[in-house]
Formats: sequence, structure tokens, C-alpha cells
Amino acid sequence: MKAKKITLIILGIVSLIFPLVIRSDYYQHLVIIALMWVVIGSSWNLLAGYTGQVSFGHAIFFGTGAYTAGIFVTKLGMSAWWGMMFGGIVAMVFALFVGWICFRLRGPYFALATLAGGEIIRLIVTNWESLTEGMMGILIIQSFRSKLPYYYIALTLAFLCVFVIYLVMKSKWGYYFVSIREDQDAAESMGINTTLYKNVSLLISAFFTGMAGAFYMNYMAFIDPQVVYSLHYISIMAILVGIVGGVATTLGPAVGAFIMVGVQETFRSAFFGLAPKWISQAHALVFGLLVIFVIMFLANGVLGDWGKIKRYVFRIKASN
Amino acid sequence: MALLEVKKLTKAFGGLMAVNNVTFKIERGEIFGLIGPNGSGKTTTFNCINNFSPITSGDIFFKEKSIKGLKTHKICHLGIGRTFQVVKPLSRMTVIGNVTASAFCRVNTIKEARDEAYRVLDFCNLLKEKDKLAKSLPIEGRKRLEIARALATKPELLLLDEIAAGLNLSELDEAIDLIKRIRDKGITILIIEHIMKVIMTISDRIHAINFGQTIAEGTPQEVANNPEVIEAYLGAEYAQG
Repeated sequence: MKAKKITLIILGIVSLIFPLVIRSDYYQHLVIIALMWVVIGSSWNLLAGYTGQVSFGHAIFFGTGAYTAGIFVTKLGMSAWWGMMFGGIVAMVFALFVGWICFRLRGPYFALATLAGGEIIRLIVTNWESLTEGMMGILIIQSFRSKLPYYYIALTLAFLCVFVIYLVMKSKWGYYFVSIREDQDAAESMGINTTLYKNVSLLISAFFTGMAGAFYMNYMAFIDPQVVYSLHYISIMAILVGIVGGVATTLGPAVGAFIMVGVQETFRSAFFGLAPKWISQAHALVFGLLVIFVIMFLANGVLGDWGKIKRYVFRIKASN
Repeated sequence: MALLEVKKLTKAFGGLMAVNNVTFKIERGEIFGLIGPNGSGKTTTFNCINNFSPITSGDIFFKEKSIKGLKTHKICHLGIGRTFQVVKPLSRMTVIGNVTASAFCRVNTIKEARDEAYRVLDFCNLLKEKDKLAKSLPIEGRKRLEIARALATKPELLLLDEIAAGLNLSELDEAIDLIKRIRDKGITILIIEHIMKVIMTISDRIHAINFGQTIAEGTPQEVANNPEVIEAYLGAEYAQG
């Protein structure tokens, strides 16, 4: 317990001084993206890991948050930072629709419905050019030259998200979410309004994912539907972050986010320029292999199976 | 005034009448047994009472108010708790977590829910298992966990679905003792049971059904001597002799 606390404090200090020590824009950028994925992964984990409603459509909320921020600029002429406030809220409105339709289904059927929902919204946004500029995307001017402000905003968001979810899981809602995951019929007979609480979980999840989307708009300054509503880059990545890090653990998705962004970047840059270029084309393949590995050997993710990893490492050491 | 009144309850699955025109009344404070051979519609009756499956026709009154069509969780809040024949432990939660989640039915803070969970687990003799995962309990423990979880919702009427099935003799005595203690707390019980030792010793009245239809109702003695009941369980030759 004590070791855990010390680790957390060290992590906190490191994350606070990191951009002051590492001045490279490139590494700062990677950590900012990883922090954004901490938010998305943790939100996905609340709905899928804790409440048991596996979503293949988190791009709906991410993209909606991003577009909310973008439309504040293009249509209202206001700062995209307003989107940070409203992105989450608009994502929640979308979540109400998604929940209303998809929560009639259970298990894999729910997952498929969210997957279809994500594609539907992507197509709508692509074609509704008068509002969204369609495939042209939305380009804004970044507020800051330096990465520093973005880093601290992302860090605050990540911390808030993880902390709020931690508090929720310690409360009555947390018990309800896990009960629903374990057995929806039993939960219902225990007096839990399963439809309501599945929606509560979805709303919280959508809110933070929408915030992350709005942050992405502000930070990257360019979005188009193929990126922010992408099944591959957002919805599936959210699942990978959760699964690799550890489903239904507080900090699992945070760990998963750093691993996945690291793996993605390593391959995208072809091992930082050391390997032949064609390797960068193979990153989807490596994602696939990584997921197979994790599911076969670390079913609870890196954090969930930390004890197992430690035992294994020590066994190798002992046998040497 | 009856606590629960089931009136002409009918449940059809397509052309199959799983429950057909069943009527009974349960008075406050009694243990009311529901018996019948396999597939006679007992569990379906339970599922209709707490609206797991919507009823085809008829009506159900709890404290003189119709509960027909109410959502399952609302019915629980009104004061009807139930256990499942095929136990449904929340596997990857601890035993106390299971019961705490259930206790939130009546209270809002973690502390109150935990306290209630402790009381209920103590009452059900599960306190020493409280930190185990629900899935690690043996069947007998899971059955008691079902009861504990139902009790934590503070029901006035408790529906027990075959809680003694699969238990050995000493466990049976404990189960009987537990049911009696629940009754002594003032909770009315509707119980489905196959094991005659249990149902005959604890029930005040018994309602027997076969193929979804009522065949007898009365005290355990009356029902046990009823020729139709004997026929349903043992065959026609026994009924005549």
C-alpha cells in the first residue's frame, strides 16, 4: 500500500516537471497525445471495463467534442477553448441518443450497434458540409506556440478524468456499475435501475471523451471526419488502450495509453528512422499481434496482471 | 388483507401455457409454499411476480395495489425481494460487495450500506467469507449469498426459489433454520421447493400446481394427502391406493 503511494507521488512529480526538463517538442508532443489517450482510455474503461457495456463507438464522442470546438470557431467566431466546456456537454447529448437506441441491446449486440452508430455519425458529418466543411475539415489557428500550456492542460484533464472516475467507482454508482457488468438480471432484481445507470456511465464516459476531442481540436488545430470519427484511429484505439493497460483498473488505461502511443509512434517513425521505411506500414499488424499477446498471456492487461509479470521476470532472473 | 394477491395469472410462451389461470393470496407473516413437478410453472410464476417476463393476462396485487407492468427494480423498491434458482452471484465482486450493492436499495451512503451488509451477512452466517470473491463460494454459500442479497433490499415479501436444492443434510437444517429466522423478522416468504423435508416442515400453507394449473391448496398435510398431488408426483396408481 505504501509502495503504491510513493509510486504515485513520484509519478505526480515527474509528470509536473517533465516538460521543464525534456525541452524537445517531439517528446513533449508524444506525451501530450498519450495524456489525451489516458482520458479517452479511462472513459472507455468506465463504460466497458466497469459497467460491462463494450463500446466500439467512442469516436462518436471524441469527434463530436472536436467538432464542437471547431464549430465554435468557424460558425460563432469564438475561441475554440469554449469547446473544452461545451464539447463534453454536446458529447453527452449525443450519448443520450446512443444510449436510448443501443442500450436496448446487450453484450455483442450493443457493441455492434455502437460500431454502426460511429460510422453513421462519421458519414453525416462528412456530408453535412454547410455545418462541418465536410472532407475539407476545420483548420484553426493555435492559441500557443509553445507546447507547455497544452501539456499542462492535457495533464489536468487526464488527472481530473482518472480522479473523477476513481471517486465514482468508490461510490454507490460504482457498485451499481459493477453489478450491472456482472449480471444485469441480478442487478435489476436488487433494485438497480439498470437502464438508468448504464446511461449514467455512458454520459460520464462521453463527457470526458468529448473534452478530449475538444482538446485535440485546440492542440492539433486541424480536424477532419476521417481522423476524429475514425473507427480505426479512435474507437478501436480506445479499446486497445483499455485492454492493454488493464480493463476495470483505475490506472490501467493510463498505462495502456503510454504503451499504445509508444508502440504506435515507434512503428510510424520506423523505429525512429533506424529500420527500413516499410515497417511503418506494418503498425496495424503489430497492434493485432500485441492484442493477441495481451489476451493470451495478460488477460487482465499490463496493470491487472502486474503480479504475474513480476513473478515471470523474477523467475527468469532466478533461473539465471 | 393479503400482502400479495395473484389473480388469474396466465403466462403463455407462444402456444404453451406455462402458467394458466393461477390464483392465490399470501397473508402477512406466513410462509407460503409453491410446489409442483419439474416444468409446472413455479419459476415462471416468480418471474411474473417481479416482472422478469411480462404476464399475458391476470393481475398481481402487492399491498392491494396492482404491480402489473412495473419495472423489476421498482417492484424491488416496493418491497419484494427474490433469489434465483440458478444462482446469479456477481462473480468478480466480493461477497460483501454483492450485499453492499444490494443494500443501496434503501440507503445512499457507503457507510450505511456497508453497515447493513455486515448485519445481513452476520444474519446469514456469511460474515467469515465476506472478503472472498463471490465466484469462489461453494453452491451452498452462493445460495446463502442470494438470500443475503435479497434481504439487504429490506423486502416485506421474499421469494425464495429452490434455495435448498443441491444441499446436504446438515446444510438443509441450516437452511430451514435460516428461513425460520427470516420469518421471525416479520418477513413474509413465498418459497418454491422440491425437497419435501423443507417445504413440509416450514410452510404454513402450500399451493400445488401442475402444467401451469392449480391442483391443490391448503396446509401441508392436506396437500400431501390430496390425490391429484400424489398423482402429479408419483403417478396415477399411487393416487388410487
